[in-house]
Amino acid sequence: MTGDLIILSQMGAYIGAGLAAIGMGAAAIGVGNVAGNFLAGALRNPSAAPGQTATLFIGIAFAEALGIFAFLVALLLMFAV
Amino acid sequence: MDEEIAEVEADGVEHAGEGLVFHPMDQFIVQPLFGEAGDPVHWYTITNVTLWMALAVGAVALLMVLGTRGRAIVPGRSQSVAELAYVFVHKMVEDVAGKEGLRYFPYIFTLFLFILFANFLGLIPMAFTTTSHIAVTAVMALAVFLGVTILGFVLHGAKFLELFWVSAAPLALRPVLALIEVISYFVRPVSHSIRLAGNMMAGHAVIKVFAGFAAVAAISPFAILGVVAVYGLEILVSAIQAYVFTILTCVYLKDALHPHH
Repeated sequence: MTGDLIILSQMGAYIGAGLAAIGMGAAAIGVGNVAGNFLAGALRNPSAAPGQTATLFIGIAFAEALGIFAFLVALLLMFAV
Repeated sequence: MDEEIAEVEADGVEHAGEGLVFHPMDQFIVQPLFGEAGDPVHWYTITNVTLWMALAVGAVALLMVLGTRGRAIVPGRSQSVAELAYVFVHKMVEDVAGKEGLRYFPYIFTLFLFILFANFLGLIPMAFTTTSHIAVTAVMALAVFLGVTILGFVLHGAKFLELFWVSAAPLALRPVLALIEVISYFVRPVSHSIRLAGNMMAGHAVIKVFAGFAAVAAISPFAILGVVAVYGLEILVSAIQAYVFTILTCVYLKDALHPHH
């Protein structure tokens, strides 16, 4: 009986990890938004673009951070719960 | 009941053994260099992590020492690379952290080169990627976090706490913002370290997954194409993640140097 329960909770943890992976997809949308808007701006004013690459990467990193938290939740569910 | 679980686990392992020749995560196992594969690993044990970290440090030293030894006015190949790396990081620190940040340039440059070389060395087949382990990246991120926090308090004293008090916002909103700022401040080392480790681990695991598909004869040409494509992407990711780690260090340094919003 307890074995069933453990297997069931394992199953729940794996399903949860899979659901957490959706968050990483959302982060991908965010990163795409940042990069796409940068490109749109850079094509309008190419001379100002090189000075803003650092801002671009900082923006990407911040958007990506939330995807990383989703990844962390997935890892915790897989290995720590 | 325990046997039941053990049986299920044994089944799982057997099943995995049929599909893939090797497990994609096997490459991240920390093993002692000398002695048996299953030996316990203590903090002083020389493992493959130690070896590849030492190689990364050696490669950095080789590039910088040999590259700048000649000090030619017209640089050769290795000197060009060394100068490019130096100027690249120097400009990054100056742009993001300002002129005062240049005092801490040697540390940031060391971080950048170490991460870059550790990432690139990890791309050699059969190599071990040290930066794919959270234990490694967490130490670097915590060093940055603690160093920057201490620096902020040393330079500004209690005024460093103004970093959390957004004076541009309406007064009623400030306590809420302060709470958010404090949380985001303490989450920094987490995201800083896991970003690097996660990117490295995921990328290398994907390469190994494609390599595992190559064992199936029908799709092996596509698998090899996939490996090549992902490998190219990984070279890009290796460089970008080293850059991102460094530039975030600069951003945190800027916050410590100028805590006012």
